[in-house]
Amino acid sequence: MTLALVVFLPFFGALLAPLFAQAGRTAIAIASSVPAVVALSALFPLWGDLAAGHVLVQTHSWLPSLGLSLSFRLDGLSLLFALLILIIGILIIIYARYYLKPGENIGKFYGLLLMFMGAMLGIVMSSNLLLMLVFWELTSLISFLLISFWNHKQDARRGARMALAVTGGGGLALLAGVLLIGHIVGSFELDAIFAAGDTVRDSTLYQVVLTLVLLGAFTKSAQFPFHFWLPHAMQAPTPVSAYLHSATMVKAGVFLLARLYPVLAGTDQWFYMVSFTGMVTLLLGAYIALFKHDMKGLLAYSTVSNLGLITLLFGMNTDLAAIAAVFHVINHATFKASLFMAAGIIDHETGTRDMRKINGLWQFMPHTATLAMVAAASMAGVPLLNGFLSKEMFFAESLEIALPGVWAYLPPLIATLAGAFAVAYSARFVHDVFFNGKPIDLPIYPPNEPPRYMKIPVEILVVACVMVGIFPTFSIGPLLNSAAAATLAGPVPDFKLAIIHGLNLPLLMSFLAFFGGLLMYTQRQKFFDFHARFREIDEKAVFEAAVVRIVNLSRHFIRGLENGSLQRYGLLLLVTAEVVALWPILNLGASVGSAGLSPIDVPTAVGGLILILCAVMAAVMHRERLYSLLLLSVVGLMVSLTFARFSAPDLALTQLSVEVVTIVLLMLALYYLPSWTPLETRRRRRWRDLLVALAAGGGMTLITLAILTHPGDSISRFYVDNSKLLAGGNNIVNVILVDFRGFDTLGEITVLAIAALGIFAMLRQVRLTPPPGDGQGNTWTRDAHPTMLKEIARPLLPLALMVSAYILLRGHNLPGGGFIAGLITGVALILQYIANGIEWTQQRMPVRYQPMIALGVLTAALTGAGSIAYGYPFLTSSFGHFSLPLIGEFELASAMVFDIGVYLTVVGATMLTLVSLGHLSLKINADTEGT
Amino acid sequence: MEIVIALVIGSLTGSGVYLVLRARTFPVVVGLTLLSYGVNLFLFATGRLLTGAQPILGSTDQYTDPLPQALVLTAIVIGFAMTAFVVVLALRAQIDNSDDHVDGKTNTSESQEPGDEHS
Repeated sequence: MTLALVVFLPFFGALLAPLFAQAGRTAIAIASSVPAVVALSALFPLWGDLAAGHVLVQTHSWLPSLGLSLSFRLDGLSLLFALLILIIGILIIIYARYYLKPGENIGKFYGLLLMFMGAMLGIVMSSNLLLMLVFWELTSLISFLLISFWNHKQDARRGARMALAVTGGGGLALLAGVLLIGHIVGSFELDAIFAAGDTVRDSTLYQVVLTLVLLGAFTKSAQFPFHFWLPHAMQAPTPVSAYLHSATMVKAGVFLLARLYPVLAGTDQWFYMVSFTGMVTLLLGAYIALFKHDMKGLLAYSTVSNLGLITLLFGMNTDLAAIAAVFHVINHATFKASLFMAAGIIDHETGTRDMRKINGLWQFMPHTATLAMVAAASMAGVPLLNGFLSKEMFFAESLEIALPGVWAYLPPLIATLAGAFAVAYSARFVHDVFFNGKPIDLPIYPPNEPPRYMKIPVEILVVACVMVGIFPTFSIGPLLNSAAAATLAGPVPDFKLAIIHGLNLPLLMSFLAFFGGLLMYTQRQKFFDFHARFREIDEKAVFEAAVVRIVNLSRHFIRGLENGSLQRYGLLLLVTAEVVALWPILNLGASVGSAGLSPIDVPTAVGGLILILCAVMAAVMHRERLYSLLLLSVVGLMVSLTFARFSAPDLALTQLSVEVVTIVLLMLALYYLPSWTPLETRRRRRWRDLLVALAAGGGMTLITLAILTHPGDSISRFYVDNSKLLAGGNNIVNVILVDFRGFDTLGEITVLAIAALGIFAMLRQVRLTPPPGDGQGNTWTRDAHPTMLKEIARPLLPLALMVSAYILLRGHNLPGGGFIAGLITGVALILQYIANGIEWTQQRMPVRYQPMIALGVLTAALTGAGSIAYGYPFLTSSFGHFSLPLIGEFELASAMVFDIGVYLTVVGATMLTLVSLGHLSLKINADTEGT
Repeated sequence: MEIVIALVIGSLTGSGVYLVLRARTFPVVVGLTLLSYGVNLFLFATGRLLTGAQPILGSTDQYTDPLPQALVLTAIVIGFAMTAFVVVLALRAQIDNSDDHVDGKTNTSESQEPGDEHS
């Protein structure tokens, strides 16, 4: 519980801190430091246990099915990092109070800063790799927001985007790596993974895992070739840079190396990939740092270089090197945080960070200058400061790398060279800024010492540098020991933290680096001239250009696919379906299966021929819309006959009545649409469509033939056996609809209702002038309501209604039911509208169809719900036999009530659709009469 | 018999697909209707083609498969609802755009391609 609390406290703080924004900068700084201080004090009592070599793991289950748990651990390594994150975090909070100007959005700043602190604590204290990954991604996201804190600046936005793209991409690689580790080990818990170190290293996937995990670590820790995002992240406010780029964000990558050191390290692949990346980064960063005129730019590249050093140390595969790496993490965090803060103070007081302008500040701010100089000396590796100690260890370890032959000289050489560069850029930072003549064109002149308390965080860190430098064993020894034990996950070899180990080779290297670096600085003009011969690459421009290229590429791709033409989409969809279906159809082999063909009888053959002819002609004559429609109606009729022929009376009845309604509907629509389709597609295109159509038709023919001629089992036995037994009905189709699959039917009538209401809504506000003729020179007939039709239609209505009532009631046992009866009623009513006109009919039959639809759906739903009242599942039906005098015995089933619901919905939906369409002309007539 | 039904389904599908690919709304609606006839017949046919075997208990000795029939029955009604919706949508598009092209307007990028001749 304690550990989870430590991690989540800053997040709570992030929620609360912005509330203090109104109360001023001091109030919010105090409020923000409270969670950090509480977290820090919660960690202290645990130190005793840790020093004794215990590891604290606290697990709460979260998503056990995914192997994700809220599992936190505290060992030496996580404690070391947690202390850095919290202590430097508190110092940053104090510092930012003076750095930020009164008008700025301090609530957002402190909220994000605390969230970032929490996310970092989460990374270092997670005992579950998946959990760690969640926090890892959080730091990427929050750092994006922090870097772009001044989001009115384009550079800040671009720098933030670049950081997010690089670290986010690395995070994805890491996710893959972590998932693979989980796959190999079978758990994401660190303890299990540590125990399975050999399994992971021996796995065939090891190389993949290593590459993916290193991608994550190297992008986060700005290792070559991913180093370019870090200098551009310097667009962030200086407190953010000081925090992210000294103690936290970039250290997450090296933390990962340390955390997984017992699992992944010790192999040749690890050695080559990690140490060479580190070596290149170390040298490159140190070299470029020398040429940066921007103070923060110099510090940024120095950070890159130092991260390279730490990476190189981890890559060496020796225990002592790993210890030196952990040690340098601490030292770099302290001196770099203080240097960033000093740079921020100078920026704050002079208005610029350009070292060509800032000169001779010693006269103006001797206090700040002293602090910065001590920190810079530590960065250069001057004795009696902490930077010197870890660098000496590094030099010593560089001599131990066993490369074959003459290559053995390479690591010490590079180490010394990088050391010399470090001395040179540190000398430049000190000399250029505080001495070297007078300031030139400072925006703020004369510069003053900053407010007293702004220097306190710097002072504390500088004191730490000195303390560690002079009394290493006393000040940092136990913590380092404990962290080393956790990193190595085993016994810690003897190592001595002494100021001077005697006169030996590493000392000589330090000596060479120091004086070589000073010499380099005095001869800097030659280096500058040399460097100026190379065109400097602006990574941001390259990155932006790459982003633009990718965006253009995808836009081009999308435009190619998605040009806004429904016609094109339809084609793509159909062709895709055909391509997908092609392989299975080819695989069928002979289409006629073992069940063989049944003989063809004449009526069926003739009917089929008519159907095929009409279907093809409907397509061929599609430009003559009315003919096409008439042919369509013949097709529909033939389909219903086919149903009748092959033992489906219910389907035949349904199809027949739907056919009538559909054709009436399409006729009504055609009244308003052009009656003739212009020929507008190119010949080539028509041939292509024909080909697609033939492929579809041919494919369906083959598939149908294959299905019909292969013997197959049906699951319908159940329905045949239980229709009477369980549902009390003889008409199995109807029983399936209203009973066994009643829930489906309920959904279906709901869709029907929605479609009808949608049509009603679409046509409600529409005003339309009916065309004067059919578009081909013919005018409409004046005889809108022929007398014969009128006279026959009226007496037909009660007869039709009686038939539909009969069909509805008998549906359970004989062909019929709600759907068919509803459609028959619909057809009968439509006939009245057609024969007598919409006004005449509505005067005599003032029915509103929306309530009828609602009533129908509700009836069906409530019938279903009724069974719940009796303790049965939704839509369980019951039936019983009753007898009445005169009528005799008859059967009643609750499913019948359900069917009445279906009936009402079908009638309502059909009528609403057609009447909405019919009303269009009515409105116009009313309008023209009114005017 | 199987061949006849297979050819019927094939020609319904082919005609439907060809019409669905047309540029104007009304042929597309007709095409969709043809296509849904084809699909309904296909689903129905998966229950095998038996004559005089209607799935009504007590009426015959042998019953055809009732399940595809139940599926197709609702499919017919839903198909009607869909046709109605689409045709009204087409009508509405015609009213709003004064054009019955499926893409909303006649001159799309397709017909603007160089070398395109309107016949």
